[in-house]
Amino acid sequence: MNNPQLNKQGELQHLLSTEGLPARILYDILDRAATFVDVAGRGEIKKVPLLHGKSVFNVFFENSTRTRTTFEIAAKRLSADVVNLNIGSSSTSKGETLLDTVDNLCAMHADMFVVRHASSGAAHLIAKHVAPEIHVINAGDGRHAHPTQALLDMYTIRHFKKEFHNLRVAIVGDILHSRVARSQIHALTTLGVPEVRVIAPKTLLPSHVEQLGVRVFHDMQQGLRDVDVVLMLRLQNERMQGAALPSAQEYFKYYGLTQEKLALAKPDAIVMHPGPMNRGVEIDSSVADGGQSVILPQVTFGIAVRMAVMSTLAGGK
Amino acid sequence: MNIQIKNGHLIDPKNGIDAVRDVFLSAGKVLAAGTTPSGFVADKIIDATGLVVIPGLIDLAARLREPGYEYKATLESEMSAAVAGGITSLACPPDTDPALDEPGLVEMLKHRARALSQANVYPVGALTYGLKGLELTEMAELADAGCVAFSQADAPLTDTRVLMRAMQYAATFDFGVWLRPQDSFLARNGVAHDGEVATRLGLLSIPVCAETIALATMLQLARETGVRLHICRISSAAAVAMIRAAKKEGMALTCDVSMNHIHLSEMDIGYFDSNCHLIPPLRHQRDRDALRIGLLEGVIDAICSNHSPVDEDAKQLPFAEAEAGATGLELLLPLVLKWAKQGKHSLAEAIAKVTLNPAQILNIDAGHLSIGAVADICIFNPECYWKVEASALKSQGKNTPFLGMELQGKVLYALVNGQIVYQSN
Repeated sequence: MNNPQLNKQGELQHLLSTEGLPARILYDILDRAATFVDVAGRGEIKKVPLLHGKSVFNVFFENSTRTRTTFEIAAKRLSADVVNLNIGSSSTSKGETLLDTVDNLCAMHADMFVVRHASSGAAHLIAKHVAPEIHVINAGDGRHAHPTQALLDMYTIRHFKKEFHNLRVAIVGDILHSRVARSQIHALTTLGVPEVRVIAPKTLLPSHVEQLGVRVFHDMQQGLRDVDVVLMLRLQNERMQGAALPSAQEYFKYYGLTQEKLALAKPDAIVMHPGPMNRGVEIDSSVADGGQSVILPQVTFGIAVRMAVMSTLAGGK
Repeated sequence: MNIQIKNGHLIDPKNGIDAVRDVFLSAGKVLAAGTTPSGFVADKIIDATGLVVIPGLIDLAARLREPGYEYKATLESEMSAAVAGGITSLACPPDTDPALDEPGLVEMLKHRARALSQANVYPVGALTYGLKGLELTEMAELADAGCVAFSQADAPLTDTRVLMRAMQYAATFDFGVWLRPQDSFLARNGVAHDGEVATRLGLLSIPVCAETIALATMLQLARETGVRLHICRISSAAAVAMIRAAKKEGMALTCDVSMNHIHLSEMDIGYFDSNCHLIPPLRHQRDRDALRIGLLEGVIDAICSNHSPVDEDAKQLPFAEAEAGATGLELLLPLVLKWAKQGKHSLAEAIAKVTLNPAQILNIDAGHLSIGAVADICIFNPECYWKVEASALKSQGKNTPFLGMELQGKVLYALVNGQIVYQSN
């Protein structure tokens, strides 16, 4: 089966998932992102003309402020024209299908779509549908993938840890519902991290998750032992309403990241979170704001990584 | 009208015939096979040299989408697709809109189908009103109107007391009850097998226990009530094992599987191919293999197309939102042949799964070509390859996981009641 993300030359055509991409492409994106961060040496990322004259459409069928904003900033720093569309769920209730919406936007001469949608596979569907000169970036589809988040996490890990091949990384929390976790797992294993752990109660783990190449822990104390990187996941409040978890309090007690639990990891372990955080639910404030937290650098790097993805797709090959 | 089918390879599982024989038809019936009956003068001779002649196929699950879903397919389109697939009798599930829960609806459907004079249509009546799982339908009236069995189609029946009452009532009249086992709580919102692929793609999943728990309930209630139970479209190795055990214990139980599930697995979903969004979900390769073994052993009695034409727009959506189902009438024979070829099973064995066995489940005198039998016949070229593509399908539904594939086996003639109702050009 052809990888829908690559063109016939094996170059990145769309960024839909971190799964199935060769390590070379991931490293290229991280290296390219580094050039933008270097430019930002004094705290500001310089505007570059790589996407001058191109139109980037941020099409968000699901609400997001942070991700959309960082994509918007990234596109503007690349000198692209940016159009933001928060479509939400209203347009479907008006009867317009996803692909009708996309066709309309194509008619407005979009060069690149940044798409977020509540359904897994939405970005794949759009990528399959659009003309070959149009690029699609998945900004999160259902529970499936959020590749730019995973790439910015990889960038952050590399920034602080230099190498991937000697790391032990733990992903903690709601793996079942998390597109971030899936994308992180594929990126970490592709980049050669020898041990990726997932830590969660059984109700928050998808079945056969070990087939993604991870070690499964249900006990956070055991799972955090000697890890180099702790990737926390956001726990949606609605998880408490179904049968997944009894209460936020109990969850925090057993799976919330506190200083005591973090002390089990390596002394120089870093703590990351894709945001927005639920303080006191999955992470204690003292950890989130503590010396091992690199949560704010993640956000900064996120802009550079998204610039790297966009400029790679736009033909800066 | 007298028809002679000449030089064809006749396969008639019921009569153990698997040889080149001429078949002679007169007045809509099989007059003879082999030697020409004295005084027989053919009005028409069909040269079947190099072709295979079999009883017309009998499909246990073909949605014709009428009444109510004419935008997906019409009786005209699907009836012509059926005979183009060599299907001369078909059972249609009650999940129309409105559901087949009133005798008038059933009579109308039968009447409309008869007027088209193509395949025989056997409606399966709704077991409960509106398939809501609450109140029993007038089963006896529906049977008088033409229903051959009663079913919930894919609608849940969660109230086990209602299910038991429905089985008791059906057993009173010796009506068959056809059920697809799926626990609706465990399957809630699920669109794919609870396995590696759903985990990778982030799709809501349906665990195997959704099937086995419901099946255990159905089997136990069937033991209690003595109803004639037919289990529809099982998908898992665990369900095959349970049915094997139930049959061994002596339960009068039959079972079918969809043609898609003996060839495909969850892996075929690939990158969200909505054509593989099916009910039940495609499961693990081990499940598929167990279904194939179950078929061979006779644990599974029949293969059905589970024909569910879906309009194109309803498939052009993200996987979970895309409507489940695939067209199937015209693929049934080639996919049965493919199973036979891959497993090195005899043609007769394979053909029985879509002729004799489903006829027995339907309790109709069909699916064989004995002397005096109704001349429902399919003639196909076993060597001819054809490509599955929209233009090659008569069905209004063009979606199938097999789109773009080459399949072997092409129907050239279909006869119903001794009349040629389909001839390939």
